[in-house]
Amino acid sequence: MSFDVMDYFRQETLPHIWCPGCGNGIILRDFAVALERLNYPRDEVVIVSGIGCSSRAAGYLNFDTVHTTHGRALPFATGIKLANPNLKVFVIMGDGDSSAIGGNHLIHAARRNIDLTAIIFNNNIYGMTGGQFSPLTPRDKKATTAPYGMIEQSFDICRLAEGAGATYVGRATTYHNQLLTQLIIDGAQNPGFSLIEAVTHCPTSYGRRNGMASPSDMVRWQKDNAVWIDKVRAGKAEVKDGQFTIGLLHRHEAPEFTQAYMEVIKRARGQE
Amino acid sequence: MSGERILVNGNHAAAYGVRLARPMVVPVYPITPQTPIVEKISEFQAEGQMEVELVTAESEHSAMSACITASLTGVRVFTATASQGLMLMHEMLHYASGARAPIVMVNVNRTIGSPWGFWPDQTDSLAQRDTGWIQYYCESGQESLDTILQAFRVAEKVLLPAMVVHEAFYVSHSLEVVEVPAQELADQFLPPFTPPHRLDPEIKESWGNTVNQDMFYRHRKTLGEAMDNALAAAKEADADYRALVGRGYGIIEEYRCDNPEIIIATMGSMTGTAREAVDELRAEGLAVGLLKVKLFRPFPLKDVRRALTGVPKVVVLDRNFAPGTGGFLHQEMKAALYGMSDGPEVHGYLAGVGGTNIPPAKIKDMVREALAEKAAAEPVWKG
Ligand SMILES: Cc1ncc(C[n+]2csc(CCOP(=O)(O)OP(=O)(O)O)c2C)c(N)n1
Repeated sequence: MSFDVMDYFRQETLPHIWCPGCGNGIILRDFAVALERLNYPRDEVVIVSGIGCSSRAAGYLNFDTVHTTHGRALPFATGIKLANPNLKVFVIMGDGDSSAIGGNHLIHAARRNIDLTAIIFNNNIYGMTGGQFSPLTPRDKKATTAPYGMIEQSFDICRLAEGAGATYVGRATTYHNQLLTQLIIDGAQNPGFSLIEAVTHCPTSYGRRNGMASPSDMVRWQKDNAVWIDKVRAGKAEVKDGQFTIGLLHRHEAPEFTQAYMEVIKRARGQE
Repeated sequence: MSGERILVNGNHAAAYGVRLARPMVVPVYPITPQTPIVEKISEFQAEGQMEVELVTAESEHSAMSACITASLTGVRVFTATASQGLMLMHEMLHYASGARAPIVMVNVNRTIGSPWGFWPDQTDSLAQRDTGWIQYYCESGQESLDTILQAFRVAEKVLLPAMVVHEAFYVSHSLEVVEVPAQELADQFLPPFTPPHRLDPEIKESWGNTVNQDMFYRHRKTLGEAMDNALAAAKEADADYRALVGRGYGIIEEYRCDNPEIIIATMGSMTGTAREAVDELRAEGLAVGLLKVKLFRPFPLKDVRRALTGVPKVVVLDRNFAPGTGGFLHQEMKAALYGMSDGPEVHGYLAGVGGTNIPPAKIKDMVREALAEKAAAEPVWKG
């Protein structure tokens, strides 16, 4: 049977709202491919998103989806997962959504190691509201709220998630989209909190202000500056200033929250 | 001293009002359809036209927190938000009035999720009516500009925060010719803010301490008194502004209210449309007037009662909705007019909820219907 990506979309919601040259569509396709390969029964998959350009993705997908509020996708997803731990819950968020207004929820979802798969569309900017800086805007880069360059230190959201307790953390880009698909598949299969950072390109709100006006400039930048973590670990590559690592960055085993919850109930009832 | 006439949208007009008010701190978080206000302020700052600290927070909750403490140090503070942002501020709105921080904030009315939308609907700010903020509803960019200056004057006089409200798109993004008063006039109207109580190591005062029941009771009572005093302060500020700048609005406006059979009561952008409907109906020979409620908190109870004494009917148009009770203005009007022997019969129409378009023709139909029918106790949906 051949794979038809359109089968995964609510076609009546298309065309999407994203600007010409936006990378979000690439991530969305990779996600659809990952879902195809994961082959979960469709009615066991729930997709939750926050608010932002990226969070519109949920509405386009032909699954049970919830478009929530800015920053709160993870608490919404937590409710779904706790109500029915058998569901496969994916969470789509923007970099601002997940690390500014919703940053608190991110560290606590990671700390609890709840079995959710978070996909963060990182375009380094608040896209939807017109290009204000986010906590993932690199130092010195420009935004409407940083016309002379960002003076704040940015988060490395993967290291943040790892530090907070996430058991699966990976990063890919819209250029390295096969890697992205694989990370989503593996992250979904990890029994715990998985965070996949998808570095995406926003020529409209970020690229234009930072010397990368065309989408191809931005994708080339990804290609030139992403360094495979395996090569770094093998001592075959180094991460220069301004570059970043891609691949499976971190993995460890830890008790998963909904499982631990069920066990404590059993113990309290003397059913152990 | 005449001002400069420029073509701007309602949000940019508001930003000019803010520039004239010379706030020193503007903590803010972006949200549609408010963002153009702070973008303009940031442009003024970049061009050296404003000496201001723009603080970009990580959420509206943090933005309002920063507003409160900045204000308590004794400087003038402004911010702007809309919809979800205002919802997220809710906790801090109470804190701001409790701390008696005279912040001025523009809220651009936008529907609240869920479902998601960007449309003009006043429910967001009206749902904050009990937070202890003074609230003004404006129908144009010019009015917002002028009202921001008045709001600072009133807020700083009674030491309560004030919200200046206009609606998404109909006002926020519509271009209009706006007169920007000369800075000297604005300075004359609004002198620098120098509160006797402030966070200052020399003065050694503190805020937010735990109190007993009696102290809390007294605190609420004085807060209530301040809110009551805001009414006279708002009238005075408007009169002074009119004398100085040549424009005033009143805390309510009565338009063609001579001997009416019926009066339309409404707020915000709907008043502009209703004014047109009134003109057309008057031309057709129907005695109809308009009551615009501009100051919503404190509610101008006596003025509204006076304006409606002896009027047979009032039809309240609400572009907002509180499930279970109906339109906010409808509720407030019924409460305000209660017990009047010569008060009007009150019709409550939900018109424009969710941002639906209400043209003058529709308002004319509603007026005719209200004239023909007895008022229902519950609100009536009118599209
Ligand atoms: C409480 C609240 N505040 C502000 C907003 C306005 N808002 C919508 S999306 C957004 C930022 C989006 O940036 P990001 O999360 O990075 O996603 P992107 O649009 O770039 O995909 C903001 C500030 C909102 N919807 N809710």
